[in-house]
Amino acid sequence: MLRIIRYSFADLIRSRWLYFYTGFYLVLTGALFLISADLSKVMVSLMNAILFIVPLVALLFGVMVQYYTREFTELLLAQPLPRRSIFLGQYLGIATALAMSFLLGAGIPFILSGIFLSGEIWNFSILLLSGVLLSYIFSALGYLLALMHDNRIRGFGLAIVIWLILAVIYDGLFLLGLAWFSDYPLERVAIGVTLFNPIDLARILILLKLDISALMGYTGAVFNRFLGTSTGMGLALVVLATWAIVPVTLIRTISLKKDF
Amino acid sequence: MIRQLLFLALILLLSGPAATRTLHVGPGQSYSSIRRALDAAGTGDRIIVHAGTYQECPVVIDRSITLSGYGLPILDAQGEREGVIIEADSVTVEGFEIRHTGYSYIEDRAGIRVKRNKAFTIRNNRLILTFFGIYLEHARSGVVENNAILGKPLGEANSGNGIHLWYCSEVDIRNNLIRGHRDGIYFEFATDSRIRNNISEDNLRYGLHFMFSNDDIYTGNTFRENGAGVAVMFSRRIRMLHNLFHLNWGQAAYGLLLKEIYDAEIRENTFQKNTIGIFTEGSNRIHYEDNDFLQNGWAVKVAGGCDQNTFIRNNFIGNSFDFAAIGNMSSNRIEQNFWGDYTGYDLDKDGTGDVPYRPVKLFNYIVDQTPETIILMRSLLVEILNFSEKVSPVLTPADVSDALPRMHRYGR
Repeated sequence: MLRIIRYSFADLIRSRWLYFYTGFYLVLTGALFLISADLSKVMVSLMNAILFIVPLVALLFGVMVQYYTREFTELLLAQPLPRRSIFLGQYLGIATALAMSFLLGAGIPFILSGIFLSGEIWNFSILLLSGVLLSYIFSALGYLLALMHDNRIRGFGLAIVIWLILAVIYDGLFLLGLAWFSDYPLERVAIGVTLFNPIDLARILILLKLDISALMGYTGAVFNRFLGTSTGMGLALVVLATWAIVPVTLIRTISLKKDF
Repeated sequence: MIRQLLFLALILLLSGPAATRTLHVGPGQSYSSIRRALDAAGTGDRIIVHAGTYQECPVVIDRSITLSGYGLPILDAQGEREGVIIEADSVTVEGFEIRHTGYSYIEDRAGIRVKRNKAFTIRNNRLILTFFGIYLEHARSGVVENNAILGKPLGEANSGNGIHLWYCSEVDIRNNLIRGHRDGIYFEFATDSRIRNNISEDNLRYGLHFMFSNDDIYTGNTFRENGAGVAVMFSRRIRMLHNLFHLNWGQAAYGLLLKEIYDAEIRENTFQKNTIGIFTEGSNRIHYEDNDFLQNGWAVKVAGGCDQNTFIRNNFIGNSFDFAAIGNMSSNRIEQNFWGDYTGYDLDKDGTGDVPYRPVKLFNYIVDQTPETIILMRSLLVEILNFSEKVSPVLTPADVSDALPRMHRYGR
């Protein structure tokens, strides 16, 4: 399985698209630093980019790689290898390559700017950690989608729909719900609802570190009491991990049964 | 003739410089206790208290003298008395450390109390764990400077104010450090006074608090990590210049809280990292000019009943929300400010944007209606909503708008 991870990783590392992806983060973060020297402001802008782009790219990469290496996968299936290690290996290769290129692209400008000398290092690691977790979560979802649907158009379409739902529509319904039931105390409900959307959860985790002053109203205080503590933070990370583990388990089950 | 000469000699003797004496108090000095020296002193005399600990509080000064500490002598109130009580005009108290008045639910015990007199000077003292630090009642024309008033806040009910003014006028309060009280400086019915270059921090309620006090000015002060930086209530003609409001964070924390005040001037202050920079309610004819609002949750929040206020030439940079307004704002003027989030253009290059800026975003409005929605801050959905509202405003108030937004931040 390690060999397959390594192979799939190396395959992606060589791909033009990944260079482009790393380069994009390099340019984006570098440009943000040029525009504003304020570290926390750069992080807020970068957060928007991470929450917007990382899930989308990871989803599409997951789908794409699974489709375009289909023949190679079939070749591997003909070998005396356990299916589990073929598919999980491929997934881990993709996800790790994506996470790495994100880490490099976003991390290098920060390191050059002297992040280790400032007190923002903890906030910055939360930012990077969220990006990495989102990469793993959404490439698993993408890979799973491609595995479930042999029709490529349907696979890509569903990937975009899922991204739209989690990035925008979910929040829209959430907002409507909050406005609709605004006569009731909704803080706890709101925390519960955010737990079910990895993008929201990552956003809140970063926000609690960066933008805390505006969140500090009564509502903010409730959130902060929950997510600001190490228990809350731990729970959030566990939920994010679950978001990755569930699709991976599904990948495993489906790959064991699927008829190629 | 001889009697007249004698009378003249007597007058000379009484009024001449030889009449003021210096009395020394301390171990090995001519007086062993402050009280004895006070009994012996006459008008204009100077009492020098040498280093040591004196347990004779309250020290009541009932004549016009100067009481100086030499080598920071300690007046220990032993947890149940006041420190120094000034009951005469023209008294100076300087160079003491006054400790442990203890707190009381019945009386407002003070480190130094000034009662119904004028021309007092209180300087270079350290007040440690006094319930109220310096308490001025019905006093006027005095100076309070270079004092350090350090308390340990317990709760609002059992902690007092650092410097407390009650029916005072023409008092100068400068270069003091006040920490750990209920209100750092408290003004009630105090007029024509100046508060300059003080630092007020870690107080439970307000760094500086005005109630029913008119014609005062505070300038160059730093208010840091208080429940709220400064609260100005029911007062008129207060001038607030060059102050720093920093890190006043919490569930109901403000940099500056204005309630029912009129004709104030707020100029060249810096509001940085406060939950709400300025919260104003029912305040009219306030002039906000040349202030910097940096990295606050809300820079300015205007609740109902605010008319004829002017916001001009301020910098709004890096705030989560620049402006929130409830109620009708049409009689207020917002002009020539720099808004960090402004995205307009300037074709004629005159430094002023060609498109008006509306500082109240749609999300701002939503959060005011349903506070829980703050959890959606900075999500993609919110950016989309804000953008669409900006293109065609429906919900956000049309009367909150800067017709002449600046393209570049004002250098200060």
